[in-house]
Amino acid sequence: MRKIINEMKVRIPARSTNEAVMRGVVSAFCAELNPTVEELGDLRCAVSEAVTNSIIHGYRDLPEGKIGYIYISLRLYDTREISVEISDNGCGIEDIEKAKRPMFTTGCGERCGMGFLVMESFTDSLTVKSKPNRGTTVLMRKILKP
Amino acid sequence: MEDLYFKEDGGTLTVCLFGDIDHHVAKGMRERIDLTLACKKPELLIMNFSGVSFMDSSGIGLILGRSRMCEQLGARLRITGVSDSTRKLMQLSGIEKIKNISVSQ
Ligand SMILES: Nc1ncnc2c1ncn2[C@@H]1O[C@H](COP(=O)(O)OP(=O)(O)O)[C@@H](O)[C@H]1O
Ligand SMILES: [Mg+2]
Repeated sequence: MRKIINEMKVRIPARSTNEAVMRGVVSAFCAELNPTVEELGDLRCAVSEAVTNSIIHGYRDLPEGKIGYIYISLRLYDTREISVEISDNGCGIEDIEKAKRPMFTTGCGERCGMGFLVMESFTDSLTVKSKPNRGTTVLMRKILKP
Repeated sequence: MEDLYFKEDGGTLTVCLFGDIDHHVAKGMRERIDLTLACKKPELLIMNFSGVSFMDSSGIGLILGRSRMCEQLGARLRITGVSDSTRKLMQLSGIEKIKNISVSQ
């Protein structure tokens, strides 16, 4: 049985400055496993995508002056595995399979519809759960090389 | 520290980008690049990523958006300074396959 060696929960407002904050938190959290530059870069990128999605998509319908929260749960296992769960209580996703397709985006501005592809390619597993009007949870696992 | 600066040489406009490129900073970068592009109307825009320490898909959006801008202005776009930290994402996005974009180290 794998054992948890460290865990952490973060509740943070869905402000875009917190994208960088969460990349920093995740880097610090898994530092004790000495990830390679590439492994750390991949994880930072995947986390950045999920946090950004909660901010720009999840809470897109919030009225002016209201701010949503993002909940991040981090776990480190003795098997050199890191799990990152990122949730919001936002608008949710109607069709997850469709949302995951590369180039699919409902975003305006300059979204390119590659977030889920990045999360999938840069980690070892990605699970997305979502309910319209309830919110979205993204769970990612990454196993570091020995 | 500035997150970008411009260099101009004949018909070539170069924008050197620095630091992390995420959704939070991409918007400001886009506005300044587009303003300069529209006013200089170069034949070639070079986006130099050698100073970029991190980028996520917002950086790809930034490139694709500038590629569309360049097309409207009849300019070519070259991406340079692609480092280990940004190469993987550039490859994943298939950005090299777009016709008016060329990518080099
Ligand atoms: N947390 C979320 N809440 C609501 N919708 C989301 C969320 N994450 C992703 N989506 C939906 O999935 C689509 C694809 O996401 P993604 O692959 O990251 O591309 P992009 O962010 O560029 O649109 C988004 O455009 C949005 O419609
Ligand atoms: Mg996204």
